[in-house]
Amino acid sequence: MLAHIVRKLLYSIPVLWGVVTAIFILMAVVPGDPARIMMGQRGDPETLERIRSDLGLDLPIGRQYTKFIGELLHGDLGVSYRNNERVTTAIAERFSATLRLTLWAMILAGAVGLTAGVISAATQYSIFDYSAMFIAISGVSAPVFWVGLLLLLVFAYSLGWVPGVGEGDGSWRYLILPVITLGIRPAALIARLTRSCMLEVLNQDYIRTARAKGISETVVVAKHALKNAMIPVVTVIGTQISELLSGAVLTETIFAWPGIGRLSVEALVNRDFPMIRGTVIVMAVIFLIANLAVDISYGFIDPRVRYDNE
Amino acid sequence: MTDEIKNKKAPQEFYTKNENEENLTASKAEDGRSLYAEAWARFRRNKLAMLGLVMAATVILAAMSANLIAPYDPIKYSVWSSRDAVRFSPPSKAYIMGSDLLGRDIFSRVLFGARISLQIGIFATLVTLSIGVPLGAVAGYKGGLADDLISWLVNVIFAFPFMLFVLAVVAVFKNPSLSLIYIAIGVVNWVQVCRVTRGQFISLRSREFVEAARSLGLPSSRIIFRHILPNAVAPIIVQATLGMGSIIMIEAGLAYLGFGAQPPTPSWGLMISEGQKYLGQGTWWWSVFPGLAIMYTVLSFNFVGDGLRDALDVRLKR
Repeated sequence: MLAHIVRKLLYSIPVLWGVVTAIFILMAVVPGDPARIMMGQRGDPETLERIRSDLGLDLPIGRQYTKFIGELLHGDLGVSYRNNERVTTAIAERFSATLRLTLWAMILAGAVGLTAGVISAATQYSIFDYSAMFIAISGVSAPVFWVGLLLLLVFAYSLGWVPGVGEGDGSWRYLILPVITLGIRPAALIARLTRSCMLEVLNQDYIRTARAKGISETVVVAKHALKNAMIPVVTVIGTQISELLSGAVLTETIFAWPGIGRLSVEALVNRDFPMIRGTVIVMAVIFLIANLAVDISYGFIDPRVRYDNE
Repeated sequence: MTDEIKNKKAPQEFYTKNENEENLTASKAEDGRSLYAEAWARFRRNKLAMLGLVMAATVILAAMSANLIAPYDPIKYSVWSSRDAVRFSPPSKAYIMGSDLLGRDIFSRVLFGARISLQIGIFATLVTLSIGVPLGAVAGYKGGLADDLISWLVNVIFAFPFMLFVLAVVAVFKNPSLSLIYIAIGVVNWVQVCRVTRGQFISLRSREFVEAARSLGLPSSRIIFRHILPNAVAPIIVQATLGMGSIIMIEAGLAYLGFGAQPPTPSWGLMISEGQKYLGQGTWWWSVFPGLAIMYTVLSFNFVGDGLRDALDVRLKR
């Protein structure tokens, strides 16, 4: 088990290196002169030249790359072209907002998705089953940003139940709509997957045995079946982390939520290359860590997967 | 000596005038119904799948005949060109889905928007397949270093936040054209197809018919494309159909953020973001109808994709 974790951890290093290099190359070929971006129209040629050499942009591309990697290894992501803020500081400031949003969205998606999926499977072809699955497939098919707008329109603008955009005073009321918006898609996917896995498990012999022993249906479903249906569901939660981060980019933009998703879109609009690189790298690290966590959790959910015979 | 040369050449000769190969590829079932005829029969019995097919057909029809059905020009600002044009008209007889700030008919724009979405969906899927299938095939068939490299690339792209990666690729160019957008989406999106293809090839490469083809001395490329690929194609089709829906949504997301189709293109995502600014003033129709159009289209592909998976997937048939 430990060897497996270590191997996975080591494998993340070349993957992370690939991400870092790819985003460096992308940003190197994006048109736009950073010196101009910093100075606007005011800059005279001499100042522009000085800024370029300050940023190391007059170096050959290979040197720029090694300098970038060197700084990165020291935990330095550079300075924003926009407002001279350190990228690490900017990201650290916004990080908790994104974490709050995505964690709650994931918890909501897991709770709603699992419950709906289990009930649907237990009451197959019932009205609940049909309506839950209809809502789920609609949820998978609706664009995140549009759902967010509809929720804003109905619950904030028309009914006035919840505040509109922004983080306000940090109260949880501002969190409701963004969390629902971001959580709908994973909730729908988890519900559909849980249902189909549960149905598969419920058809197996040991379930029939459990029923034959006279165990109540609730216990059969909740104890015997759910445990075994969980494995693919956990996998999907792992793959959802990437989608969740992408969804956060859109959700944070709609709700003016001060997280790293919105930070990254603003950076792209402003062509603020160090900031784009920084946000992408941080999101990739989150993704890799989360996947590692999911991987490790398999061992606890399914004792058969203990990686002994690898 | 001559014998040796003959032996070395043998596989090539074998391959050029080979009749045995035909017997290897024959996949018709005993009763004469092919795998696909049977799958189609199963598909037809699936109500949701057939509904999806009909829905997809209406979208395609709307896109093809948009210029015939649309009551107004989707782009021209009718405020200035016609006296009775109205801005911000709620849904009415004259404007079924209302009109926008510039007095353009939302319904006409939604119809023409189908062209943009389908065009991106189809071409981005083609890009996705033409990268993902060959790479997945090579990784799965060859294994070893090729597999390690391709799998590494797949993992790198997976670790990228998807939306940001597409945005960054699009940002490389100053004025994103439609073709650039679908190439950018395809360049990022191929990894899923690659994984599916690779998995298929790994499970098929050690099967008897592949071994037989190999022992006939066929070149790898022929084994990959003529012998394994036809047997691996079902999950790829399912993946591609389901992928159409997500591509259409990605395009909408890009347009919404201002990185996709540019005004005045009648792109659904763009219309939603244009309407968003006036949402507080109660002009809900501007954003709501394009969103419904996206949902309808994506839903249709998801229904068809699910139906195909059930009809083609042997695993579910058991």
